[in-house]
Amino acid sequence: MILTLVGVSYGTLDGTARRARGVGADIMIRPPGSSVLSLTTAPMTDKLIDFIASQPHVSMATGTAIQPLKGFDSVTGLDLDQFSKMSGGFHFTSGGPFQSDQDILVDEYYARENNLHLGDRLELLGREWRVAGVFESGKLARICVRLTVLQNLMANPRRLSLIYVKVDSPAHLQVVLSNLRNRMPNYPIYSMEEYTSLLSINSVGLLRNFIGVVIGIAVVVGFIVVFMAMYTAVLERTREIGILKAVGASTGFILQLLVRETLLLSVLGTICGILLTYAAQWVMRYAAPSSLAQETVYSWWPIAGGIAIAGSLLGVIVPAVRAIRQDAIEALSYE
Amino acid sequence: MNDAPIIEVHDLWKTFRAGDVSVHALRGVNLSVEKGEFVAVVGPSGSGKSTLFHILGGLTSPTSGLVSINGQNLANLTNAERTRFRKETVGFVFQKYNLLPTLTAEDNIHLVQYVAGRPTKFTKEFAQVLDSLGVSSRLKHKPRALYGGQQQRIAIARAIVDSPAILLADEPTGNLDSQNAIAVLDLLKDLNERLGQTVLLITHNPDAASYSSRKIYMRDGQVVD
Repeated sequence: MILTLVGVSYGTLDGTARRARGVGADIMIRPPGSSVLSLTTAPMTDKLIDFIASQPHVSMATGTAIQPLKGFDSVTGLDLDQFSKMSGGFHFTSGGPFQSDQDILVDEYYARENNLHLGDRLELLGREWRVAGVFESGKLARICVRLTVLQNLMANPRRLSLIYVKVDSPAHLQVVLSNLRNRMPNYPIYSMEEYTSLLSINSVGLLRNFIGVVIGIAVVVGFIVVFMAMYTAVLERTREIGILKAVGASTGFILQLLVRETLLLSVLGTICGILLTYAAQWVMRYAAPSSLAQETVYSWWPIAGGIAIAGSLLGVIVPAVRAIRQDAIEALSYE
Repeated sequence: MNDAPIIEVHDLWKTFRAGDVSVHALRGVNLSVEKGEFVAVVGPSGSGKSTLFHILGGLTSPTSGLVSINGQNLANLTNAERTRFRKETVGFVFQKYNLLPTLTAEDNIHLVQYVAGRPTKFTKEFAQVLDSLGVSSRLKHKPRALYGGQQQRIAIARAIVDSPAILLADEPTGNLDSQNAIAVLDLLKDLNERLGQTVLLITHNPDAASYSSRKIYMRDGQVVD
């Protein structure tokens, strides 16, 4: 459970970072007061595009509007021409660019998960769309519509959620960044390198807290489950402990026997847990590829193993000591 | 010294406390068993024979009195010393067999050797004992695959594998049908006669007691004539 939750957190962030890098921009500008991951609607005016594009060493700028959907999904409104100019454009596996305002583009994962094909109808944001193209995943978003259509639909005409900037030469990146930060002091402005590096568990405060709480709950639940399982197992083996005592096994002998068995079970349990995370990974890849992505986070293997071993050892030692201290006759009469 | 009794009990008392109530399970028991004897302790339920079995086996300590087994006074032993005593001096046969269900019959017997820190191999002589017990072909089976009589024979084999000074058997035929009960009692008698194994049989059954060379009757926590 712990490994899967950690893997999903890492995987989701990495997917976001990968898609952001796929835009081909050098700089990203977010609305004032927004955080790295927040899904704001469209609080920036599109007049900023012309302003930013007019700055020295800026070769182009384009904006997107984002409307969150249920779960992890969101719809991105974009100017496809500008976006194609910046990123090289989508690579369509079927269909192509927008033909009309009813058209929607989806990436292959979203299409597979929702069983969508070219020309299919799709109900989103209270209206019907036609799938005009399915593109390879890894660029900007999973679901895209025309920018103006989304702005109007959300009653936010001429407003943007994000602005992407391309500089004329990588050598001028810092100059442009400094200039924009001076000219737009309230706006969070990141180079794409900074932005993607910020998309990590430790950089996203909210996520860090969330993961901490989830892992904390997982540890407590895991501990209780392991403790109760081992407690019951030892209780059920009270008679066996009595037999061992009757044939002359010392307290230390019985305890080390139980501890050795527990350690073996914990290690096997950890290995099974790791294998199960791969199974979960496979299920997510094929059942919900657009919304959930799970990474294998190797650094958490020993941590999860440590939690399992510590929990089971604590779970076994307490009832084992109680059972061993019990009179051999009492232990032998246990049913 | 060789003629000294292997079991010597003098004025043995055992009192259990349940809240403010004291129950005297044994009231001044006197008993003497010579090495190589097959003695049956006979008595009805509540006569104190099982409590005597537990004390003689070092499973619990006496309240007062002298209990000497193979020259060792059990009255003053600590828990650890009683554990060592059980390991080195006594073999148990219980009514409910008490075999470890996850181990094979062979491993149940080896367990005693393992706990005692001895090599877990059967000697040629012990292999013959296993033959005489009729369990040689069942050693690789787990207890659940053995019927009651076979389980009890394995339990007897386990009890004598380390050649204990005394073999204590508490109602060993209590869970067996008459045919298997006779077989088990014959085996105990054979072990006593052929190998000189000292056997103390606890039973309420006069037929079972008739296999012994001497009977001791108990009632209300005392040995009676």
